[in-house]
Amino acid sequence: MKIVVLMKRVPDLVEDLEVDGSGKALATEHLKLTVNEFDDHALEEGLLLKETSGGELTVVALDAADVDKMLFTALAKGADRVLKITGAANVEGNTGLAAVFEEVLSAQEHDLILTGVQAADDRDGQLGPIVAALLDVPCVEVVTQVEVGEPGEGMVTVHKEYSGGVVAELEISLPAVLGIQAARQSPRYAPVSKVRQIQQSATIETLAGAGESSGAAAGGGSGFSVVEMTAPETGAGAQMLAGVDELMAVLEAKGVV
Amino acid sequence: MPERSTYKTTTARRAPRDEGFVQDEQVILEGVDISGQWNKMYEPREIVDYDLTHLEELTAIPGAESMGWCYQCAQCIPACPVDTAGGDYGPRKIFRRLQTGMDLFDHQDMWLCTSCQNCVRVCPKEVDMVEIMPAARAQAVLDGRNVPGELLEMFQNVAEYGNPMGESARRRTRWTRKAGVDIRLLPKNPGPVDVLWFVGDYYAFHNRGVDAAQAMARVFSRLGVDFGILGVDERTDGDSQRLAGEPGLFEEVAEHNLEQFGKYEFGKIVVSGPHAYNAIKNEYPRVSHGKTGGDTYPVEHYTQFLAQQVDALAPLLSGSFARKVTFHDPCYLGRHNGEYDAPRRLLEAVPGIEFVEMYRCKAQGYCCGGGGGGMWLDGFAAEHQMERLSENRVKEAVEVGAEVLAVCCPYEVSRFEDAVKSTDNDGKLEVLDIIEILDACMEPIGEGVA
Amino acid sequence: MANDVLVVAEHLKGELGEITFELLGIGKTLAAALGGQCVVALIGGNDGMVTALGAAERVVRVDGEGLSDFDPDSHGDALLAVYEAVDPRVVLVGYTSMGMDLASNLATRAGVPHAASCIALVEAGENIHATAQLYGGKLNVTSDLGGGRCVASVLAGSGAVEAGKAEGAPATESVAAPAGRGRVRFKRLIEPEAGDVDITAKEVLVAIGRGIGSKDDIEVAEELAEELDGAVAGSRPLIDSGWLPKTRQVGKSGLKVSPKLYLALGVSGAPEHIEGMKSSATIVAVNTDKQAPIFNYAHYGLVEDLFDVCEELTEAIQEKKG
Repeated sequence: MKIVVLMKRVPDLVEDLEVDGSGKALATEHLKLTVNEFDDHALEEGLLLKETSGGELTVVALDAADVDKMLFTALAKGADRVLKITGAANVEGNTGLAAVFEEVLSAQEHDLILTGVQAADDRDGQLGPIVAALLDVPCVEVVTQVEVGEPGEGMVTVHKEYSGGVVAELEISLPAVLGIQAARQSPRYAPVSKVRQIQQSATIETLAGAGESSGAAAGGGSGFSVVEMTAPETGAGAQMLAGVDELMAVLEAKGVV
Repeated sequence: MPERSTYKTTTARRAPRDEGFVQDEQVILEGVDISGQWNKMYEPREIVDYDLTHLEELTAIPGAESMGWCYQCAQCIPACPVDTAGGDYGPRKIFRRLQTGMDLFDHQDMWLCTSCQNCVRVCPKEVDMVEIMPAARAQAVLDGRNVPGELLEMFQNVAEYGNPMGESARRRTRWTRKAGVDIRLLPKNPGPVDVLWFVGDYYAFHNRGVDAAQAMARVFSRLGVDFGILGVDERTDGDSQRLAGEPGLFEEVAEHNLEQFGKYEFGKIVVSGPHAYNAIKNEYPRVSHGKTGGDTYPVEHYTQFLAQQVDALAPLLSGSFARKVTFHDPCYLGRHNGEYDAPRRLLEAVPGIEFVEMYRCKAQGYCCGGGGGGMWLDGFAAEHQMERLSENRVKEAVEVGAEVLAVCCPYEVSRFEDAVKSTDNDGKLEVLDIIEILDACMEPIGEGVA
Repeated sequence: MANDVLVVAEHLKGELGEITFELLGIGKTLAAALGGQCVVALIGGNDGMVTALGAAERVVRVDGEGLSDFDPDSHGDALLAVYEAVDPRVVLVGYTSMGMDLASNLATRAGVPHAASCIALVEAGENIHATAQLYGGKLNVTSDLGGGRCVASVLAGSGAVEAGKAEGAPATESVAAPAGRGRVRFKRLIEPEAGDVDITAKEVLVAIGRGIGSKDDIEVAEELAEELDGAVAGSRPLIDSGWLPKTRQVGKSGLKVSPKLYLALGVSGAPEHIEGMKSSATIVAVNTDKQAPIFNYAHYGLVEDLFDVCEELTEAIQEKKG
């Protein structure tokens, strides 16, 4: 089975995010990117599937800050191939990114496409369902478990989670896209010694993405602009309450009682 | 690797007990005929063959060879702080378990050693846990074999953010804002300084560590020390990561820090923590970085740096600290690097202080439990020990009548403060960094600075 | 293009989800501003649901084999059919497990913009402006969805359920179910196993720290948690001491939680603990030590004895409930 994991780098929420002078975009000066945590789960689930059912796992990502380290880490964890798409840095949103991924996937063998269920910067929807719609393959979001059917059946059985812990079991014909909420186990750790070793020996395959033009052609770009970006109101430190009465009022205002 | 025979015992033929004494055996020892009746005392011992697979797997790892040298004298057991805390631990026990079938890679024993070195001090066979455990753990981490999640999360944080807390690197200098004195950030304001102060993670990020960092800045300032810090460019020293089994991560942060050191002109490095001291003094010189080999820098722990200036320091200590104080020797300043006097000299210089030693001090000092990755294994250790090492230590401090437990390792304030609470000694024992005591005895400066 | 707002109804186990009523409330306000109707798309529903959707002006139903249980593929096809039939200005979908399957799929296939994770939608001149909560709640991003059709997926809790709840008999019409493609097949629903509570799934957590004196005192906290329909969580020391199971541990070596309300009782706020709960929507800290660092992270603070607070608050809530 050919497993493809789509990964993207997103602003690191550990950092203080700052809005730039235009008030419409993140300030890039101190912006640190990190792997979308759900993509990390998608990779883990993919690796587990590969280990139990065999196959080849390819990770695809757009060129971005520190993407090489992320891809070498994926190799250290057990990915077979890593693909970096260059020249498409200007694609906008998941719509634009999905168009680039669609182009790449059209040229790559794929049975199962895994990606994170969502990301912190999903302004224009989630990557998985957009890619699926462009490829005209089915997609299931919020997946917590994947089982591969018998060889030749061309299907997987997944658990899709609803709120309150209710889970739907769904059978999906391949090829398909799955938006992974959580892998069966927490993403494995790639020892730095191993990553460093792989950095010396392995290579990252690069593919030139068609960039802006292809995104536009495929209806790419989120198609809508940002009006403003603001931090929600939060006080510095706690607002001190005088007693239980006031606390009760807060709980009522927050709708918890 | 030692010869197999150094630890493998052979099967000897045993005289069946029901046959009674062995009669008329002919034995000549060094030309003297000692034939005669053998009583049971000299009866051949019952010895069986052991399956040494697991032991040999361990001793085959470079660095872990000496595990095989143990001859079960058990001097290490009372010296082992983990065993003392009800952890049923120590090199002798590990050797015996390996001999009788334990796979260390499947067992909690892999992760309980704090690398305190107290067993090495008493071991006649030089079984060196400080070498064995990091080597074995590195293999476990590389192979992904049962590494505690708490530890992996810490590794991940260091790999991503350069500190074990997973804090933003940009917040490394946040503590400087309220120090009350100017602190030179070398990346913004390079140029030669006498002292490059390597602040460390706990001083920079932990709320109690920040108190100590600010105290240090004020003490340096009053002494007129010309110092600067790496600020946002500093990363964790890496010593704990190395000891916990991630040598690659250690090298990565060490290379980074060495690169930063290389950018500036300074007389010496002064560190807040014994682990940073150990790393920069003993480990960084072995790390190659860039095109050069490892670099050796003159490095001092802050207590050493200040103890040398105690004559200049003493007149500044205008206040009095009339309390009964004991001192906890950090393993990596004391046993590992032989420095017992500097912290004591500083405490002795404090006016009004009544100093009392704990029973286990200096070379025999008891471990706080934070070393060797223990700092990030509290949950794991709790499952396998009767109490935390820090709790055991705090009880001792209370027992000797101390009101203040003075420390000089950034890990320890938070560890011991936790232990004070969990042993119900709240209000009886205060934990303070030595630098906080010194600062408190000096004329306040930086008043009015928010 | 009509000026209607199409609300996508969500149902599980024969019951409409609360999000549907939230969307209806938001949809009605928006439709009124746009001068259109609020229309509900009900795929695989039943007659009882239509009655419950009385707040809507019209309900468009799609029924057919395999639609009564949700599967993203056939429900996606059915929604597209409704969309084409209704030709609405705005489509509102819940930013929920089901909605995540539908919204991006519809927007991509219909070729219209989709604003995800929205908390508010307003009409701004000719255009629709959507405010989304992004970057883990660190930033609110307002987007201009333009003057044409658009899709918005809306976070639960953005609107009032009551605003969309009304019994009635809205006009109904049907759209034929598209031929099933059979690519996704619903098998069954699995109920959660009865085990210990999943504190990551609770909207309210009463977290206790070392400030709690003995194991018996945990009962006081548990009583409060029960009244708040939440669960008791704890900081590491309490778990270490065996007072609470490991499944209740919040923090560095425990679980990361982000409930609607995190009520921290006697938790000092060690960074190790903060790491696990700092993303909670509302943090209330109760501690006798006014210097406790938890107050730097809390939204509201109360310097009092936690037992008194626990008892008084439990009483107050019971009183309110009658």
